[in-house]
Amino acid sequence: MTPAIADPTRPVVRVDITENEDVVVVRQRAREQGRRAGFSLLEITKLVTAASELARNTLEHGGGGYAELEVCIDGIRRGVRMRFVDEGPGISDVEQAMRDGFTTGKGLGLGLGGSRRLVSEFAIDSAPGSGTRVTVVRWK
Amino acid sequence: MDRIPILRMGRTLLVTVQVDMHDQLAVRLLDDLTEMITKTRARGVLIDISALDMVDSFIGRMIADVAATSRILDAQTVVVGMQPAVAITLVELGMELPGVRTALDVERGMELLNDAGDR
Ligand SMILES: Nc1ncnc2c1ncn2[C@@H]1O[C@H](COP(=O)(O)OP(=O)(O)O)[C@@H](O)[C@H]1O
Ligand SMILES: [Mg+2]
Repeated sequence: MTPAIADPTRPVVRVDITENEDVVVVRQRAREQGRRAGFSLLEITKLVTAASELARNTLEHGGGGYAELEVCIDGIRRGVRMRFVDEGPGISDVEQAMRDGFTTGKGLGLGLGGSRRLVSEFAIDSAPGSGTRVTVVRWK
Repeated sequence: MDRIPILRMGRTLLVTVQVDMHDQLAVRLLDDLTEMITKTRARGVLIDISALDMVDSFIGRMIADVAATSRILDAQTVVVGMQPAVAITLVELGMELPGVRTALDVERGMELLNDAGDR
């Protein structure tokens, strides 16, 4: 992941994710950050959709947690960085979890693989017993 | 209000999704629609999603489920007004919405349902 610098003039937005409605709030905040970064409608739609998938995972699989969203800059590039953090059960086989169609629940198994396609950078840090942290950046 | 209203027009049910739906709301809509199709013996379901600025895998699945359920109950589902950015994003996400018929707007969606009814 590129060492993107947070835009010092724009604060990090934090959203606690403990219930269904919080996923909607994450979508709204992602939309706002996309606008601040100067994203097009299509870029915003992709960003918001990725945010929705990852926030739902934090809630459904991670047992709740929080998201942090911020505008970031790298030279003249602008983007939005989003972090999803939980202290849930973690993932034992990350590669398998990333695969389209893989689910341990009743989902479609498109959340991780799909959101990776919708952003520019994707990093996942997870292990059984130590929770899950997903960090993504979408550049304009 | 924690429920999306379903409008009945003859044997067609019309749903206009105007809020950013959380998952529970989407599930309730699927349940309500299934019940309404049976109760009113509807032949068509029109879902207007022109106000939705995002469809993720959960909402996409709900839409596909409505279409599949209505088919079993001998009704057709047409989804109208999907924004181009939403459609492009859905494909990239990996959802193709198989078996879901789409139309540009409510009027054309109605035509599609009427054509199907004539056959
Ligand atoms: N935050 C998380 N904590 C624990 N497990 C997770 C988390 N996110 C994803 N997973 C695991 O990865 C799998 C795939 O996730 P995803 O692609 O979003 O599909 P789905 O949510 O439909 O199951 C999940 O079924 C779950 O086992
Ligand atoms: Mg998921």
